[in-house]
Amino acid sequence: MMFAQKHLLDLESYTAAQILEILDTAESFRRVLDRPIPKVPVLRAKTITNLFFEPSTRTRISFELAEKRLSADVVNFSASGSSVAKGETLRDTAENILAMKVDMIVMRHPDSGAARYLSERVPASVINAGDGMHEHPTQGLLDMMTMRQKLGSLEGKKVTIVGDIAHSRVARSNVWGLNKLGARVTVCGPPPMMPLDIESLGCTVEYDFGRAIEDADAVNVLRIQLERQENQIFPGNREYARAYRLDDRMLARTKPGCIIMHPGPMNRDVEISSAVADGDRQVILEQVTNGVAVRMAVLYLLSGGVRESLGQDL
Amino acid sequence: MREKSQLLDSADMNRALARIAHEVIERNHGTDDVVLIGIQRRGVSLARDVQRAITRIEGTDVPLGTLDITFYRDDLSTMGPAPSVGSTDLPFDINDKTVVLVDDVLYTGRTVRAAMNELMDYGRARAIQLAVLIDRGHRELPIRADYVGKNVPTSRREVIKVMVEDFDETRKVVLGELLDDESGEGDKA
Repeated sequence: MMFAQKHLLDLESYTAAQILEILDTAESFRRVLDRPIPKVPVLRAKTITNLFFEPSTRTRISFELAEKRLSADVVNFSASGSSVAKGETLRDTAENILAMKVDMIVMRHPDSGAARYLSERVPASVINAGDGMHEHPTQGLLDMMTMRQKLGSLEGKKVTIVGDIAHSRVARSNVWGLNKLGARVTVCGPPPMMPLDIESLGCTVEYDFGRAIEDADAVNVLRIQLERQENQIFPGNREYARAYRLDDRMLARTKPGCIIMHPGPMNRDVEISSAVADGDRQVILEQVTNGVAVRMAVLYLLSGGVRESLGQDL
Repeated sequence: MREKSQLLDSADMNRALARIAHEVIERNHGTDDVVLIGIQRRGVSLARDVQRAITRIEGTDVPLGTLDITFYRDDLSTMGPAPSVGSTDLPFDINDKTVVLVDDVLYTGRTVRAAMNELMDYGRARAIQLAVLIDRGHRELPIRADYVGKNVPTSRREVIKVMVEDFDETRKVVLGELLDDESGEGDKA
């Protein structure tokens, strides 16, 4: 029985059942990672290309590790898209990929919608590893996997996402996915970092940090992305930290059992204090391990029957 | 599937599995360093029955593990990913052990090939033996069972269905025939 999706471009277009199937399969792969030989031959003879048009360390390593744990042949391609006109690069890339006959493409790109653009032009499965300010679906999935492990069912749980919501593809994937699994999502951050239409995704907006976290089951602290801010929309790190840093004082306002998450890399003492980042409530390194398992599950589920489609024309 | 006949009832299954238990003990001169591993899903239930029978006969507790071969299948491109993945649980070291793999039906041999590949990732067993409740023929690989509950010559249109209480709320083995719109691919063990 084939998984009903060919690509993973976003969580918006996935059903709750499909998300749960990925998360359940990821638990099986999580156990594989604990084996004496943490490698299975599921994707032997499949070729996967990692296309990274934007700097990435942990996501790229996580995908590469997941691919190698599944015995796939892996080709890495890193490029800076800044010097090339938008669109032309991707069209060239698509044509090159067609010529190379790869089965799956993992792509990170600075432009929102780039993954969908590519998926419409190549016969391979496309997995979005982050496109602009749109989505980062595997990050959303690994966050949900970690929450499920710690909190059980996500139905009715309150998850607070705090930080630069406007620029955050992680926040969007989390909101879409968590809503589908029945969680109540609150987004929190300074007004300049809050997109105007965010409530339309089905979440609550709260500007007061203390109120946003006091009854949360999980707090997902986002990285302040200074490199994404074309205009200086807040005075500086110190001002941000004063109102929105998760430190021991703010942690005391959360309820017992509330878990602390961060997609990484952390700006220590800006959005999260070192004491909290290294404390007993954080699950940050478990998120990293789950990231490999969830990416293995995505690659596995999307890989069924991929080879049959290679003869298609553009 | 259209059911054609019943091959074994619960009592028949008990007798066949008890005989297999006797043969395992006899062939290995006891149960020292013998471990049982059931192949998910129904092989696990049958392995548990063999384990109980060995305890009754020999008075020893043989370790029991489970193996899910989903990630070692060789037909992902044609069959697609499995809808559900069971768990592999080997709570013992298989190095220098005699491993008795237990499955419900031996057919093409591909499941057993996958199981052996997976086992080799866990260590180097002294020997791997195979116990099956039903051998229905049509092998595609050079694999044979060491212990067989019942040999049942079949056509490829036919289906053997082993039912165990863990999954089927009944315990019997039936012979069926595929209907015209059914594929037997998923049954190619």
